[in-house]
Amino acid sequence: MILSVDGVEFSYGSRPVLKDIKLEVNRGEFFSILGNNGAGKSTLLKCLNRILKPQTGTILIEKEDLFALSRREVARRLGYVAQRYESTRLTVFDAVLLGRIPHIKWSTTAKDLEIVRNVLGILGLEEFSLRYLDELSGGELQKVVIARALAQEPRVLLLDEPTSNLDLKNQFEVLKTVKSAAREQNIAAVVVMHDLNLALRFADKFLLLKNRTVFACGGMEIMTPENIAGVYGVPVAVERLANIPVVVPL
Amino acid sequence: MENIPESYLKYTQRKVFIICLLVLLTALLGVYAINAGSAELSPAQVLLTLLGKAEGRLNIIIWNIRLPRVLAAVTAGVGLSVAGCVMQNLLRNPLASPFTLGISQGAAFGAAVAIIALGAGSTHSTSADAVIINNPYLVTISAFVGAMATTLVVLFLAQARGVTPEAMVLAGVALGSLFSAATVILQFFASDVQVASIVFWTFGDIGRASWRDLEIMAAVTGAALLYFMANRWNYNALDGGEETAKGLGVDVERIRLTGMFVASLVTAVTVSFLGIIGFIGLVGPHMMRRVLGVDHRFLIPASSVMGGLLLLASDTLARTIISPVVLPVGAITSFMGAPLFLYLLSRGYGKR
Repeated sequence: MILSVDGVEFSYGSRPVLKDIKLEVNRGEFFSILGNNGAGKSTLLKCLNRILKPQTGTILIEKEDLFALSRREVARRLGYVAQRYESTRLTVFDAVLLGRIPHIKWSTTAKDLEIVRNVLGILGLEEFSLRYLDELSGGELQKVVIARALAQEPRVLLLDEPTSNLDLKNQFEVLKTVKSAAREQNIAAVVVMHDLNLALRFADKFLLLKNRTVFACGGMEIMTPENIAGVYGVPVAVERLANIPVVVPL
Repeated sequence: MENIPESYLKYTQRKVFIICLLVLLTALLGVYAINAGSAELSPAQVLLTLLGKAEGRLNIIIWNIRLPRVLAAVTAGVGLSVAGCVMQNLLRNPLASPFTLGISQGAAFGAAVAIIALGAGSTHSTSADAVIINNPYLVTISAFVGAMATTLVVLFLAQARGVTPEAMVLAGVALGSLFSAATVILQFFASDVQVASIVFWTFGDIGRASWRDLEIMAAVTGAALLYFMANRWNYNALDGGEETAKGLGVDVERIRLTGMFVASLVTAVTVSFLGIIGFIGLVGPHMMRRVLGVDHRFLIPASSVMGGLLLLASDTLARTIISPVVLPVGAITSFMGAPLFLYLLSRGYGKR
């Protein structure tokens, strides 16, 4: 177990957003968070990274209390990819180098450059390394941002809707990369997703959020038509097509 | 592309090279600026004097008048430009600058209070004899208090009331016009000479700086530069968005508050000594963003040098264009800056 969350509650002022959240994520796992708009998915992800501080509950990362760590120490353990990334006039290499910030003391070392080079290789971005971000396509930019999070050498990768602006090919490529990175580096990926079919295809575990709390959590077995209909409020059928599970609204 | 770190190092070396080129250019212009004027010097004489190998009249002109003026122009340019650069990053707004945040107007109000209400009389000047000096330090201190008061109100709004960075710029604009209005009301009750002094003060004049002023400006600007450079990675992270920066372990709120405070302090010190010099904080950083990109490791030093170069060039132009009349340098910088402002707007607001 790499990440364990228990009894987390969060509210913006007096408006409760999350209550009694409990989940566990293992090494090498692709963990997807699902639910309607406004169910609290992104908020939950930000709590895991301490961008937002839950009012109660415990979050343990590799058995260490998240709230006892400094911001920098948190950033060395959790890589976070926000829903929106602003593309600026920074080269791809420099953008991925930002992932080394939690490790940098005063200046970058040869090791930092080597790690960036490696990550760029893993994501197939070598040829773009000296291109400016504002000249990239949406898919390329998304890969750069994921590369940056990998350059942090995190234990857990947190991704907020990494595929929402991508075409079919890029959706698959990005999620495949995340899945294999989690496997190969023996880390975990926690991914907020909208597309149920992509989630069924790539995720090992699922968390269904409804009305600010956990509706169901587990493996493939919880992705039943009843559970999905219960969360999304739409009757669905779960079928297998070419031996791939798909969800079809009825 | 088999060796990315190597090609990357080449690419960063190019940036260092450009910065060195700018430094060299500034030094050359500095020698030219010391040389330019009605005393009929030659560049060789200037160099000899700077090396301490000349005597008499030359020594006095160069060491007491020309050199402090050149150094003050460079120091003020560096300070204003780097302050603008950091403010634009921290507030995530390309139009953030000492001028648009109301700091300059706050300083002008402070100066007006000193001149009219506190009886500091008139400002001293190298070029206009009509205005006389009574107590320049009272004016400077009062201007400084005005500038810092504006800053503290803006920062207080951000901290205590949770105002967003975007709104901080708007708050600055509002405070700026408030202080402008207050200055106008003060002027309404002032004598002609006092009004002339206030107007003259707001022009901005590099020639006001003495060696002692210069020392204070240089110390504050130097310390601020060190602080900004120490935070260069944090500013880079912030460019990717606030949440991204937090995810990278940057304490965004703290960085923003202290950064804004330091940037405002540099501005306040500069403006209090020299008067209002607009647009350097916009022109310098934006030019360098176009040339070098937004990487603050290089952008901070490059903006600083560019600001120094620009203000030195403006001041030299102001001294020589219709010599022996010395134009107020603030007018020259605004002349350059306003078209750039329009250019930025035409390129699309918010796009850096």
